[in-house]
Amino acid sequence: MSKNIIEVKNLEKYYEISGGFFSRTKGVVKAVDDVSFEIPVGESLGLVGQSGCGKTTTARSLCLLDPKTNGEINFLNPETQKLESIDDLDDIELKNFRRNIQMIFQDPYESLNPRWTIKDIILEPLNIHNIGNLADREEAVKEILKTVGLTPPENYMPRYPHELSGGQRQRVSIARTLIMKPKFVVCDEPTSMLDVSIRISIMDLMLNLAKDLGISYLYITHDLAVARYMCNRIAVMFNGKIVEIAETEKLLSNPVHPYTKRLISSIPVPDPKYNRVEYDLNYDELDEIIKNNPDKKMVDIGGEHFIATHDVKDILY
Amino acid sequence: MSNTLKEQEELQKQLRKEAIRKNWKLFSQSKLGMIGLYIVAFFLFLALLQPFLFITGIWNPAIYDPVVGYDKISANLLVIECPKEYPSEKYESYEDCPGPGEVNIKKLYMAPDLEVGDYYDTFIQPAPPSRTHLLGTDSLGRDVFSQIMEGSQVAFVLGLLSATLGVGISTILGTIAAFFGGRVDAYLMRQSDLVLMLPSLPLLFIISAFAELKVWHLAIVLGVLGGLGGSVITIKSQALQVKVKPYVDSARITGGSKWQILFQHILPNVAPLALLFMVFSVTGAIASESVLSFLGLLNIDMSWGIMIYLSQTDGFIFSGLDFWWLILPAGLAVTFLAGGFYLVGRGLDEVFNPRLRKR
Repeated sequence: MSKNIIEVKNLEKYYEISGGFFSRTKGVVKAVDDVSFEIPVGESLGLVGQSGCGKTTTARSLCLLDPKTNGEINFLNPETQKLESIDDLDDIELKNFRRNIQMIFQDPYESLNPRWTIKDIILEPLNIHNIGNLADREEAVKEILKTVGLTPPENYMPRYPHELSGGQRQRVSIARTLIMKPKFVVCDEPTSMLDVSIRISIMDLMLNLAKDLGISYLYITHDLAVARYMCNRIAVMFNGKIVEIAETEKLLSNPVHPYTKRLISSIPVPDPKYNRVEYDLNYDELDEIIKNNPDKKMVDIGGEHFIATHDVKDILY
Repeated sequence: MSNTLKEQEELQKQLRKEAIRKNWKLFSQSKLGMIGLYIVAFFLFLALLQPFLFITGIWNPAIYDPVVGYDKISANLLVIECPKEYPSEKYESYEDCPGPGEVNIKKLYMAPDLEVGDYYDTFIQPAPPSRTHLLGTDSLGRDVFSQIMEGSQVAFVLGLLSATLGVGISTILGTIAAFFGGRVDAYLMRQSDLVLMLPSLPLLFIISAFAELKVWHLAIVLGVLGGLGGSVITIKSQALQVKVKPYVDSARITGGSKWQILFQHILPNVAPLALLFMVFSVTGAIASESVLSFLGLLNIDMSWGIMIYLSQTDGFIFSGLDFWWLILPAGLAVTFLAGGFYLVGRGLDEVFNPRLRKR
């Protein structure tokens, strides 16, 4: 059995709403509410859901960008091959831990510092962690630029981000994340701002790199087609909770949760004669699962296909 | 993987050297920036030239000292009598008499024995530019060129010190307020509200009542007042915009420390605005110096502000360009030095903002 690169248990992220005279706490927004999943080494998990359902907040908590409210994040230490809780790390261990986890952002226009050259941008992680001497670093930059398909690298290194196209910038972002040879990369909709013709080449690049370097992805997207292309497993997120999680083909061919069904039915089909079937919101299946498993939060309905059992009728109209 | 401490230091040194060389190359490519640099360098040269001239004895301090120097410039004026009616043969109107090199007999109260046609041997002040006094003398017989040099020393000390201090303070405080937020932010913002409310001129009155204000005292006071005031708020708002950019996030994920992010990402992206503030505060410092000299609150002997002020109180400022050497050199010096600093700011902006660069 393969090991998990990351295990997330009951992750919660609440935002307090304060207002009134003394900014008292009026209530909380549960941006991420009791999310658990794990990703095996070398595999990738897709996190799909509508805008504002907490996908990006989950990712930011995983990368320790925003402190989580509750829950546990365990990460596989590549040296000891053991899962370690991120909370237990001290400052130096945390800095070393950060070598292994990277994030690719959605917006290629904002994720590169406009005042730095491409070379400086890609060099930054090496400078932060002080790896190799100057010649080594430059060699590494050239190597990684070739890997992501920006050739010849000498042409790109002295340029600035505004001189590149969206696809080229996203390749630079990928190069920057890969130069540390991370084990786990969080991708926050890396292709959603690219046009369709470039999208597939970027996705192919990421898949090939995953195969060659053994990287695991957490791939956040709102596009099920992209998730199907990229991921081994898909988790569907709704209102801060994971409602269904299963292997890609299983989930797409046999969706159980009504929200998943709606999501799948909303995929546009490039056929003018195709009439969209208004999905009949059928709660019977879910109701039965809830009735049979009154105590469990997630129910395995066979073959590692998990369904959340919380009642969604009120919010899902 | 990691290097030893000594190697790391060596690497950092190399990186810094490379960065300086690259930035200088970028700056020298900007024409406006280089023009500004030449102007600033010219005034710096003037400021440094004066003590050199005194030390080497080329200039006699008794004559050329900008404050207590005095030079007799003698002139022989022809004594004439102005006609009663105009236009006459020689003069078109009342204002043309007496002409250059002449003196009206009715004004010669102190030499009653002179008659029309005689020559009146006297000293003229202010004297127009000549070979001994390149920019003439003022109404007290002091060399204007030497005053300009003295004034540029004052302007440099005042402008640079107060602008650097002010912009340094406001940039650091503004970015810290944006970056750390919370109580630090609240404290800094309330503080700058307070300084904004504080009227700076009355405050300077009070300070000058208690302590003798020298140039560099004034520079520090102006710098601190400017640095704690409204510019902190503006720079904070810019830093807040930069702080939430994904490239800051990705530096944090990679493990960049707070200070690394502050100095490598946020400060360079705030710098253009700070430079703009610096340019304005150089000009503002020179201007407020002349206001304070006008009110007699400064212990400064000579500056461009005082030169303009003196030419005004002596009544030469409305005489057209007849006494141009009293007004224009000081006025142009203020304009050119302020403009020079502005152009240097533009050049630095091109270093910081790659979008402005030409390729």
